[in-house]
Amino acid sequence: MKQVSIPSGASLTELYRQWVGDYPKFFKMDTLSKLGFLLTEMLVHDEPDRFTFREDRAVLVFSREGCVTNDRHYAESMQDFPSPALFVYTLPNIVSGEISIRNKWGGESSAYVLESYDEARIWDLVRQAFQDKCTKSALVAWIDCTSDNNWITNAWLVNKTDLF
Amino acid sequence: MTKVYCIGCGLVTPVGNTPSEVLTAVRAGKSAFRLYDGWPEPYYASLLDREGFEGPSFFDHIALQAARTAVQEAGIDASSARVGLVLSTIKGNIEKIDSEDVSLAAAAATLAKGLGVTTAPVVVSNACISGLAALLQGVRMLRSGAYDHVIVVGAEVQSRFIVTGFQSLKALSLNPCKPFDAQRDGLNVGEAAAAMVLSTRECEWEIVEGAVRNDANHISGPSRTGEGSYNALRYVLEGVSADELAFVNVHGTATRYNDQMEAIALNRAGLQDLPINALKGIFGHTMGAAGILESIVSIKACDAGVVLPTQGFSQMGVEPAVNVSALERKTDKKAFVKLLSGFGGVNGALLFRKGGAR
Repeated sequence: MKQVSIPSGASLTELYRQWVGDYPKFFKMDTLSKLGFLLTEMLVHDEPDRFTFREDRAVLVFSREGCVTNDRHYAESMQDFPSPALFVYTLPNIVSGEISIRNKWGGESSAYVLESYDEARIWDLVRQAFQDKCTKSALVAWIDCTSDNNWITNAWLVNKTDLF
Repeated sequence: MTKVYCIGCGLVTPVGNTPSEVLTAVRAGKSAFRLYDGWPEPYYASLLDREGFEGPSFFDHIALQAARTAVQEAGIDASSARVGLVLSTIKGNIEKIDSEDVSLAAAAATLAKGLGVTTAPVVVSNACISGLAALLQGVRMLRSGAYDHVIVVGAEVQSRFIVTGFQSLKALSLNPCKPFDAQRDGLNVGEAAAAMVLSTRECEWEIVEGAVRNDANHISGPSRTGEGSYNALRYVLEGVSADELAFVNVHGTATRYNDQMEAIALNRAGLQDLPINALKGIFGHTMGAAGILESIVSIKACDAGVVLPTQGFSQMGVEPAVNVSALERKTDKKAFVKLLSGFGGVNGALLFRKGGAR
């Protein structure tokens, strides 16, 4: 099973230049989405037949904080002029949506919030997600972003055969 | 595969707190909408009455009230190590963002404590399909064999945060919303809490199958081909005849794009002749509560032998057309599909069927 992470505080723009370079929508994303997007690129950049629509891969993103970092940015804008560009990222599952859009993954995409980082719990929930008969692999990530330069990440690309 | 049943439900809504009160209101087209002063723009919404409430969090209060009612009806011991808890909400206690821990994890911990649940809760926060995704999560937890009962709770309260956000996207209507209507011009926000206890213990209503699919298209605009919604429908209806279904209870937010997208998905799935209805004209968009609230109301409608009316609809406003139930109709069928879609490109479908023992 492939696993990657991004050290807390790393330059996400530098990682974008290193791994991607041709997806300017990246710069509109909140930090949570940028992290999920980059972790996915690091995991699947060399996969064959990338960007062909597929329904057999799930995107399952876990955290404690959800999108609270971006929520604070929106709440600040709200005092003055509420920003629609910030508001659309005030949902914990936009990161899984960004990953699905980039990769044309039309399978399940979900965001879960847990009290704390607990790998056993995460894998229980991932195994449960594989009850969907369509799902053959999953992008699984813990992305806990407490500010724009402080986070803990861990991401895996897992096949059904790795778990059962 | 383990069969999963609904053995208890609880509601907190502006039109009633029991299924029979709520069903009576929906059948009569009675809602609690009114125009509220905003920040500064006014907004039209269906909000709960806070008069007399003095606790620390209205969100925590209504979530617990709905959950307790469901647990009581189910007659289960919430503190058992075989009872799980799933919370569905989008923004939880967001109105306290300046002063408190507004993480959804904190809201779930408070709810678990209030109910006496001893297993670790999970929050499913999948935008507007959260409630449906949370019910599916409950089904999966039961099928994993680790639980006997799972309490699934959805709740949302409205706030400056949410209202100004939707206003910034120009998604709100200043009038009663009109799902699927030619004159529809946006959604109304709503408040509610709804809870279901799911169980392996046989009861009348079963959640047979569910699916979540992504459009892989846009984070805030629905697919022009209804891709994810169609794929979710296709998955839950595999091997099921449309003749068996009483109706599809759709998302029907009354935004131009959502309703058009659902019409395309329903047509692609061959369901254009099946009655469909939407409940946003009664409750508004109750976000994290919607999937559970609208499923409970649909169950009670089927029990009463009716397809509920779609408040606000009068003239077909989608192409290709679908069979919108403008007025109440009779049905003797005992199965339906609940459909939802949301930001992040997510879509969900659940198939409910009555057939188990009482």
